[in-house]
Amino acid sequence: MKVIIDQDKCVASGQCVLAAPEVFDQREEDGIVVLLAENPPQDAAESLREAAALCPALAIALEE
Amino acid sequence: MNPVSAPTHHALTTEIPDYPMSRATGCPFDPPPELSELRAHAPVSRVRLWDGSTPWLVTGYADQRALLGDPRVSADVTRSGYPHQSAGLKARRAEASTFINQDDPEHARQRRMVTAAFSIKRVEAMRPAIQRIVEELIDELLAGPKPVDLVQAFALPVPSLVICELLGVPYQDHEFFQVRSRALIKSTATPEESVAAVRELIAYLDDLVGEKLAHPAEDLLSLVAEQVRAGALTRREAASMAQLLLVAGHETTANMIALGTLALIEHPDQLARVRESQDPKLIASAVEELLRYLNIVHSGRRRVALEDIEVGGVTVRAGEGLVLANDSGNRDPEVFAEPDRLDVGRNPRRHVAFGFGVHQCLGQPLARVELQVVYSTLYRRIPGLRLAADIEQIPFKHDGLVYGVYELPVTW
Repeated sequence: MKVIIDQDKCVASGQCVLAAPEVFDQREEDGIVVLLAENPPQDAAESLREAAALCPALAIALEE
Repeated sequence: MNPVSAPTHHALTTEIPDYPMSRATGCPFDPPPELSELRAHAPVSRVRLWDGSTPWLVTGYADQRALLGDPRVSADVTRSGYPHQSAGLKARRAEASTFINQDDPEHARQRRMVTAAFSIKRVEAMRPAIQRIVEELIDELLAGPKPVDLVQAFALPVPSLVICELLGVPYQDHEFFQVRSRALIKSTATPEESVAAVRELIAYLDDLVGEKLAHPAEDLLSLVAEQVRAGALTRREAASMAQLLLVAGHETTANMIALGTLALIEHPDQLARVRESQDPKLIASAVEELLRYLNIVHSGRRRVALEDIEVGGVTVRAGEGLVLANDSGNRDPEVFAEPDRLDVGRNPRRHVAFGFGVHQCLGQPLARVELQVVYSTLYRRIPGLRLAADIEQIPFKHDGLVYGVYELPVTW
C-alpha cells in the first residue's frame, strides 16, 4: 500500500496522527503532515483507511 | 414508524419550516425531531431564517461531508447569500474578520500561523498540566459547600485556565472575557450588544498583543504578535485572531464538560462504564461518543455556494446559502447504528461535531485532551456525583449558538 499526502491541502487537524501514529507525524513549525513511511506494512491498512477517511482536508490518498 | 408522519414530504409542500427548530419537550439531548424527518424524506430542503431568507438545510451525514469538503462552497461571511445565524452575529462579524470566516488562500495563510500550538505532540505535552488543573479544581469542589453549580465551579474554569496558559492571557481577567464571550454566542443578543462585546474583547486583546510585542513570552499570543512585527498581520487582524482563539478556546469545551456530565448522570450505566474504566481507549471513545451525541454546535455550519452544485437531488444555485445541520448528521442511521442511543464504547471517530473540510475545528486536539482528562477524573474522584435539582429545572441553552446548560447544580 502506498500513501500520498498533499501538504498544501493539509489543515493540521492531527486526525491522521491519532489514527496511524506509526505512519504520520506533524511538522514542528506548523503542524502540517509529514510521512514517516511511504510504503507502510500491510497490517497498517485499516488504520490508514481510517486516517484517509478522517482527514477533513482530503489530503491523504491511498494506492492499494 | 409513525404512519401519520410517513407520507410527509417537506420538499413537496409549499410551507417552508423555520430554522432553527425546537427540541422536543423532555428530550434535551436530542436534536429537534423535525430534523430526522427531513433527513429521511427531504435531506436537502429550504428553511426560513430569522431574516426571512430561505437557504438550503442539509441534514444527511454524507451530503454534509461532501459540501464541507467542496471548494465550490465558501465560508466567507461577506458574500451575499451567506446565511447568518442571527442579527447579532451578522453585526459582530462585520467588526472582526478571522480565518474561520475566510476562504483559502487567506484562510490557510492565517490558520497556519497558529496550527503548531495545536499539534498532537504539543497538546499531549500539556496533558500533565491539564490533569493538575482538573485535580486542583476537584480538591476545591470537595472542600467547598454543596450543592454547587458545576458550570461556574468547574466546567468554565478548566478550559479557561488552559486557554489562558496557552495564549498568555491573565486568568484573573476571566470574568471579563467569560461574560463577553457568552454575549457573543447568544442568538438573542442584539446587534448593539454583540458589537459592544466584540469591541471590548478586541480592545482588551489588542492591549495584550501590544504587551507581547514589547515583552515576548513563551505563549501563543507572543507568536501572533511576532506576525505583526514581521508585517504578516495587522494589529487589528492579530487582535481579532486572539479574540477568536480565546472565545472558541473555552466556551465550547465548558459546555461539553457540563452537558456531558449531565448526559452521563442521566445514563447511569454509561456513567458507570466511564467511572470504572482504567482504559484510556474507552475514555477516548467516550469523548468521541459524547461529542457525536451532544453535538453542541447545534445551529448548523453556515456556507454559501460559489457555483451551481447538485446535492441530495436538488440543484443549489451559485449565491444560495447552505446550513449544514451537523447535529442531524451525527444521528444519521446510515452511518451510526442506533444513532439515538448513547454508547460510550462505540468510538464514532467519523462524527462531524468539529465540522469537516478545511475549517474543521483548529482546537480539536486540545478539546479532546481536556475532555479525556475531565471525564477520566471527575467521576472517579467524586463517585457519588448527582444532580441537586430535577432535570426539568435545569436551564438549557436553547437560545445559544452553542448548546449546553447555564447552570448545573450538583451534590454528592
